[in-house]
Amino acid sequence: MGAGTDVVLRLDAITKRFGGLVANDAISLSLRKGEVIALLGENGAGKTTLMNILFGQYTADSGSVAVMGQTLPPGNSRAALEAGVGMVHQHFTLADNMSVQENITLGVDPLLAPGLNRAAARKRILDLAERFHLAVHPDARVGSLSVGERQRVEILKALYRDMKVLILDEPTAVLTPQETDDLFATLRQAVASGLSIIFISHKLHEVMAIAHRVVVLRHGRLVGEVATEDTDKSALSAMMMGGAEARAPEVSRTEPGRALMELRGVSTPNIGNAPGLKDVTLSLRAGQILGLAGVSGNGQAALAEVVGGQRKPGSGTLVLNDAPPTAWTPRDAVRRGIARIPEDRHKTGTISDFDLTENAILERYKGTPFSSHGWLNWRAARRFADEIIQKYDVRCPGADTRIRLLSGGNMQKLILGRVLEAAPQIILANQPVRGLDIGAVNYVHSQLLAARDRGAAVLLISEDLDEITRLSDVIHVISEGRLSPGFARGQKSPAELGIWMAGQGFADAS
Amino acid sequence: MEILEILFTASFWAAAIRIATPLILGTLGELICERAGVLNLGIEGIMVAGAFAGWMAVYSGTGLWMGVAVAMGVGMLFGLLHSILTVPFGLSQHVVGLGVTLLATSSTYYAYRLALPEVTSPPKITAFQPYEIPVLSDLPLVGPALFSQTPFTYLAFVLVLAVSLILFRTPLGLAVRAAGENPAAVAAQGLSVTAIRMGAVIVGSGFMAMGGAFLTMSAFDSFFFEMVNGRGWICIALVVFGSWMPGKALLGAVLFAAFDALQIRVQQTEFGADIPYQIFLMMPYILSILALILMSRRAQVPAALMVPFNKGER
Ligand SMILES: Nc1ncnc2c1ncn2[C@@H]1O[C@H](COP(=O)(O)OP(=O)(O)OP(=O)(O)O)[C@@H](O)[C@H]1O
Ligand SMILES: [Mg+2]
Repeated sequence: MGAGTDVVLRLDAITKRFGGLVANDAISLSLRKGEVIALLGENGAGKTTLMNILFGQYTADSGSVAVMGQTLPPGNSRAALEAGVGMVHQHFTLADNMSVQENITLGVDPLLAPGLNRAAARKRILDLAERFHLAVHPDARVGSLSVGERQRVEILKALYRDMKVLILDEPTAVLTPQETDDLFATLRQAVASGLSIIFISHKLHEVMAIAHRVVVLRHGRLVGEVATEDTDKSALSAMMMGGAEARAPEVSRTEPGRALMELRGVSTPNIGNAPGLKDVTLSLRAGQILGLAGVSGNGQAALAEVVGGQRKPGSGTLVLNDAPPTAWTPRDAVRRGIARIPEDRHKTGTISDFDLTENAILERYKGTPFSSHGWLNWRAARRFADEIIQKYDVRCPGADTRIRLLSGGNMQKLILGRVLEAAPQIILANQPVRGLDIGAVNYVHSQLLAARDRGAAVLLISEDLDEITRLSDVIHVISEGRLSPGFARGQKSPAELGIWMAGQGFADAS
Repeated sequence: MEILEILFTASFWAAAIRIATPLILGTLGELICERAGVLNLGIEGIMVAGAFAGWMAVYSGTGLWMGVAVAMGVGMLFGLLHSILTVPFGLSQHVVGLGVTLLATSSTYYAYRLALPEVTSPPKITAFQPYEIPVLSDLPLVGPALFSQTPFTYLAFVLVLAVSLILFRTPLGLAVRAAGENPAAVAAQGLSVTAIRMGAVIVGSGFMAMGGAFLTMSAFDSFFFEMVNGRGWICIALVVFGSWMPGKALLGAVLFAAFDALQIRVQQTEFGADIPYQIFLMMPYILSILALILMSRRAQVPAALMVPFNKGER
């Protein structure tokens, strides 16, 4: 174990309430030099809240934070940064219209310093990038970078300031397995040079791979602390879920029914550097889960938009229940029984400043039971929201909470409830378990399987090959907008699919 | 053609620069606010207040530069009010801005009546006089147009350069721009979004008031209520026209002013005599709208313009 004995960071009895909800309940924790702690817990357990307190973005109701023995003033990020605490937030905190270098150097020099020493800053960034294998160009506009590259910028922001403690809040949620491996290599190197890390993830294999020690939160309380070498994945998940065992749902085999939706030779134009579809043919059958594997950014967005009605096929035809639809807008799609679990729940899944009730009826407010004669029926809407909250275990203060206050996982559960309660014919699930805890993942999967078993067609888009191979009855791989032939369950190993994902099978096939 | 001839006279360009100066100052002020993420619709009223305050100060015996400082201070006070309401309290920037415009205009009216209860026509002051910059003012065309203006105009040009340098070459400018792009990024780097935005609105409002003061202290030598006459609103359009860049905004202001100066002169030509003069009055606005349509397609709006930020909220 690379952990020394000197404590760099100590949290003492941190408590934080939001209204009646206790997000952190007297949590104490200490971190040693060169140590990696993984913070584990269900969605809404209070991990992000605790880290925001440590970083001075929230003020704790009681308790204190000390770095190298010095107590930090509460609610002061500047003091935390100066004491050597850096944080990579769960959602990126980058200015898209500014360059990588501007994002990294923002706030580093005193504001009233006369000028920016751009040459020196640039050199330091390039040095760090090389030393830690974080290839990214200092002049690139952040908005033009891929998700993985943005993550690198976030890490560089922290390294640039010579951190002693680095907090990483779900840094891998949006990364591909390859990018995750690269990140881990960087982190190991940083730890070897004396950095201490608090790492948050819902993926247990990552936790086992990178952490020395695991700390488990549950309902805002610290419920367990173990050295990684003394535990295993199932013990961790049991701790996290309060003794209940995480069990992946059984997958039975079913006979697929008729095609509910077909794409025949559909192509769409590229948009920016996001590839469009290239002559894609596939059919979504009743009672079948079609898994779409592929590294994100290879045309999944275009496919999801065609299926969801946000985009019309450029060429080729879309067939719905044996006939091409006369009109194809998101509204038509909803009306024809297509339900969407969108990839980006903040941008296209919810309206942040609407409450849970309003978000619950967002796609169906026009029509019974939520409105009649042009008037909304709030009572029905409220009942529906309460029902989702109960049935799908959405942790929140109530249906009148603005949805932006929910933890990511709980937001997703609300969307899932909204989708499944409409009893849709076709479900478009785009990265449905991103950022969810294990219990929630299993729950979402079991719900998708149940929907399949009652005869719905499911299009599952995911970067996670385990998820794809376990759930899908038929698998296609997408690469640069091209679609592989369909493979039946078990026909290809994950390794073979990986080759297709790298874009290789296609040349042979054509 | 006559119009072409007009375009090659120094006096035409000298007038254009003079007409442009208050627009340059107002646009610069608005630009600073918007770069930090706050739309300041108080501009029209703040220009009125600035015009009055500077003139009144000089009338009561201060020096001209002191008058400019007084105008700026009054503008900054209204900026303080605006920023308290829009930044920490996060109130609607439209409502607050229009409110500040109404308040500033009517309190100016009140102050005017208090200060000069009896007078029927407002008194005159000794305004800024043109100053010919040695050597440069001897250049053909450019000399009399650019370098024979009042010191107030030179100040406006220097300020454009200074604001440009600060915005793009200093840590402070970086922080201001970032506050307008993504306040969460600013907070995550340990800076106070509230302080940065309030500071920008206060300073920006000071510049707007200077724009107003130019009218009473340099362009004319007295104060009238209709003086500002929508210039504040033009400035808001000019910020968009200039893509939130001080240099381009200055060009926009000069362009608009040139149309304005041109229409006055064309009215007096033979060709102009047959056309109703209202058409000419419309011309700068119509051309601005056209230019705006062409330019604003590529403009980069600060991503967090009008998005309030509260620490400790998600
Ligand atoms: N600013 C806030 N106002 C109100 N409630 C909040 C706020 N921030 C967090 N909460 C609530 O506190 C609880 C803990 O949230 P937190 O974001 O810390 O969870 P988490 O463990 O990070 O979950 P996830 O794994 O989904 O990211 C949640 O119930 C959330 O709704
Ligand atoms: Mg979290």
